[in-house]
Amino acid sequence: MISVQAKQKIDYWVSKYPSGEQKSAVMEALKIVQTENEGSLNNDLIKAVADYLEMPRISVQEVATFYENYNHKPVGKHVIRFCHNISCMLNGSDNLISYLETKLGVKTGQVSIDGLVSVKKVECLGACIGAPMCQIGDKYYENLTEQSIDEILDGLK
Amino acid sequence: MNKVCFKNIEKDNPSSLTTYEASGGYKIWREIINGKLSHEKILDELKKSGLRGRGGAGFPTGLKWSFMPRNQEGQKYVVCNSDEGEPGTCKDRDILRFNPHAVIEGMAIAGYVMNASVGYNYIRGEFMEPYYRFEEALKETYREGLLGENINNSKVTFNLYTHLGAGAYICGEETALLESLEGKKGQPRFKPPFPANVGLYGKPTTINNTETFASVPDILAKGGQWFADMGVSNSGGCKLFSVTGHVKNPANFEVPMGIPFTDLLEMAGGLHEGRKLKAVIPGGSSTPVLPARKALKMTMDYDSIDKAGSMLGAGSVIIMDDSTCMVKALTRLSHFYYDESCGQCTPCREGTGWMYRVLKRIMDGHGKMQDLDLLLSVQEKIIGNTICALGDAAAMPVESFIRYFRKEFEYYIKNGKSMVEKNG
Repeated sequence: MISVQAKQKIDYWVSKYPSGEQKSAVMEALKIVQTENEGSLNNDLIKAVADYLEMPRISVQEVATFYENYNHKPVGKHVIRFCHNISCMLNGSDNLISYLETKLGVKTGQVSIDGLVSVKKVECLGACIGAPMCQIGDKYYENLTEQSIDEILDGLK
Repeated sequence: MNKVCFKNIEKDNPSSLTTYEASGGYKIWREIINGKLSHEKILDELKKSGLRGRGGAGFPTGLKWSFMPRNQEGQKYVVCNSDEGEPGTCKDRDILRFNPHAVIEGMAIAGYVMNASVGYNYIRGEFMEPYYRFEEALKETYREGLLGENINNSKVTFNLYTHLGAGAYICGEETALLESLEGKKGQPRFKPPFPANVGLYGKPTTINNTETFASVPDILAKGGQWFADMGVSNSGGCKLFSVTGHVKNPANFEVPMGIPFTDLLEMAGGLHEGRKLKAVIPGGSSTPVLPARKALKMTMDYDSIDKAGSMLGAGSVIIMDDSTCMVKALTRLSHFYYDESCGQCTPCREGTGWMYRVLKRIMDGHGKMQDLDLLLSVQEKIIGNTICALGDAAAMPVESFIRYFRKEFEYYIKNGKSMVEKNG
């Protein structure tokens, strides 16, 4: 269920914590298996992580459902996480989110028909001086305009 | 102007070890490794500096460090809180990106003072660029032989690791952060016991904000008095202010404590043409909003902002001009706390949902005049009745927005639309 490569990555995180405290690596372990599973988790993966880290399955389930970064339904190849909180809102994030939805033909929370993109409205991402902003993968895109959104979407493959 | 956390930000490659060392970096840490600086002396200088926790609570750092039972046997920990995520706050991200070595050195010094040989930097999961930058700095420091076991054959040992979050504002609360670091849901612990006695894995632990740690090396290199003198009474030193919202040049500014708010507004380019200042949230979304007339009179230090009726918090200054619909702004803030409440305490779990739903109802044109008293009653029942400060943080915006802008809420309820023509 968990690939050899994924296990190596999880082991790297486990090595940071005192012996016997491998459960500290659970958040990263879930992210690693989620990435391997095209961006979402399921019960089998949660069980596999629990077994691998010798944790009760319910503890892993709790973590997987408490934190926002885990998805429990399939997502697009690229997830656009758009901030809509105060500093972004004051700088026009609502209009840009509508623009994005119209352009992609999806609502926030949905996946585009070709499976390439999904859009998620998220709370503050801590880049308020670059508002309005969004995150795709590891990268932040700041000071967004309709034009820069067009360019970003063109670059997604 | 004197800068601390941002002193290298204009230089080429500001995050590198070379740049950091060229500006006096790791001088204090090397003195410690060579046995030339005692922990008592460090605590004295920190107390003299007036440095207060930069994450929002403003607790004196020197005092906090002195609470650690340094002579108690067994493992102790130093933890850095880089779980930045309060709306309006974005300073720690830039410290991690542009001055990661100051955080590393600050944490190492803390480890020595408190006799803690292991540190963790808890970075929010979305901050991948800052994470890679910090990891790179950490590798450089290990390569240079400045971290590890018995550094340079001394008795000093310090190992530092990063931990990544996974999207939960509540983990910025220090005991929720410890739970999360232990691989659990981030739900705050009941205190006492405080982390200094029972912290990470049940061991004595001190948690400070990124900016706090990053300020320590320079304070020790240049003296506590030097830092204190930059600021004003009860607010020593300089501080990062994130100025966002309706300004021409939103940015982080590291300025001496106590500068007039109007100076800071000017540094951020001022308001857009033809606009008037309406309101300011001075310390991040959790701190009470102030109307323009109060904000314009304040100076940027703990006491002055407190006197104006709000808090300095994390120094996250959100500027709102006269195009802002205050009903919409409060609804958005309330959604944040509704979304981020960890669900542990009933007043917060239920109260944040109530407040958001009532505000949403007003926004949808179905508000009733008694909704305003209902909102005030719900927020009053949350304040002081929860394990952590998230409940208070959710309540304070509601009370202050209604107090200062009640007419705007009443107009919205009566007319089913905003008093402000164009709102964004």
